Amino acid sequence: MCLAIPVIVKKIEGDKGLVDIGGVCKEISFIFIPEVKEGDWILIHTGFGLNIISEKDALETIDLLKEAYGLETISES
Amino acid sequence: MDLKQFRNPEIVKNLLRDIHTYKEPIKIMEVCGSHTMAIGHWGIRKLLPDNIQLISGPGCPVCVTPSSLIDLMSGLKGISIYTFGDLIRVPGNNGSLEEARSRGADISIVYSPLEALKNAEKNETVFVGIGFETTIPGIAYTILEAHRRKLTNFSVMPAFKTVPPALKAILSSQDIQLDGFLLPGHVSVILGEEDYSFLVTDFNIGGIICGFEPIDILLGIKQLIDQKKNNLPQIDNEYKRVVSVRGNQTAKMIINKVLQPIDAVWRGLGTIPSSGLGIRREYLDFDASHKYGLEITDNEKESGCRCGDVLRGKIIPTGCPLFAKTCNPSNPIGPCMVSSEGSCAAYFKYER
Repeated sequence: MCLAIPVIVKKIEGDKGLVDIGGVCKEISFIFIPEVKEGDWILIHTGFGLNIISEKDALETIDLLKEAYGLETISES
Repeated sequence: MDLKQFRNPEIVKNLLRDIHTYKEPIKIMEVCGSHTMAIGHWGIRKLLPDNIQLISGPGCPVCVTPSSLIDLMSGLKGISIYTFGDLIRVPGNNGSLEEARSRGADISIVYSPLEALKNAEKNETVFVGIGFETTIPGIAYTILEAHRRKLTNFSVMPAFKTVPPALKAILSSQDIQLDGFLLPGHVSVILGEEDYSFLVTDFNIGGIICGFEPIDILLGIKQLIDQKKNNLPQIDNEYKRVVSVRGNQTAKMIINKVLQPIDAVWRGLGTIPSSGLGIRREYLDFDASHKYGLEITDNEKESGCRCGDVLRGKIIPTGCPLFAKTCNPSNPIGPCMVSSEGSCAAYFKYER
């Protein structure tokens, strides 16, 4: 039930706005993520944005693993 | 953003090779129902050696909702009931909400609790407040919004549960000996890393906050193995892309403004002290339990269903005599088979 999905923020109007869910626009409340910007990837659940997804942290996790296993890292490629 | 990297087959192979070098028995509980489904979906259990045992925990809010909540909601006459879809087929002692609806009850499914407010402008409306920390902030905010709009027809039936007290209850009961937890990713977006520190300080057991992709889960398992090898239990965060040390402070502030800890009944686990959230005195007009005099009790009917033992990690779903015989997704007897994220539903779909 705690399923949350990553979506991209299309438009912000006050504490809510529109996100793109696989091509469908849906209104979402940004009350818990006041720092959100258009173009951010966020995690949504039951009509609310829960947090902004950090691309930097996502890349870091993958690159640390790639480095440890001698694979080409994303930042190198 | 390329999140597909978290399915990179080369990294998966390397992680599995590392995991397979460990030969000691290790028992890990995945707390979250979405993890149980992800483990089944990616076929992870079959990729692991026999010495690594993954046990499902109590992390599906639908599964731990007591039958009496369903009975109370289907018993409300002349009131519009709004609920998340997950709850609609869960059996109560007198049938499910879906069955009550087929008998004429006014029950609607919504995606967001905010959707129930429109109806409350005209009709008496109750929202069924189930969920863990992931879901609770949105419902708390809906109460604030109803207060702001001065809606007198809206209330929430509080049946919220919080994860840390349930983990404490499992560890204190000593029913099972665990070596570590895969901690729930989306609950942790709200809670943050620091709310799990009691696991190490009070119980000397570690946990990894994990996402739901194959690499998230395998990395979590590998890190728990490393902790066991080095005898250094700690709380690690593998899901840093959305989980911070302190969690979502705005969401936590809204929860604390509207709700306060109360004892709560968990299906299968009984009453756990301070493991639920009730509505604060300032917002009592929005509390359906107060408005209609409703009390959630522990009165499960004897059906032979062993969901309680599944939720405590004492047995796996295939250990229940009803599993895949009289109890299946088309005719679920227990809540773990109903919920799309219940352990029994996951085992039925992926592990038979």
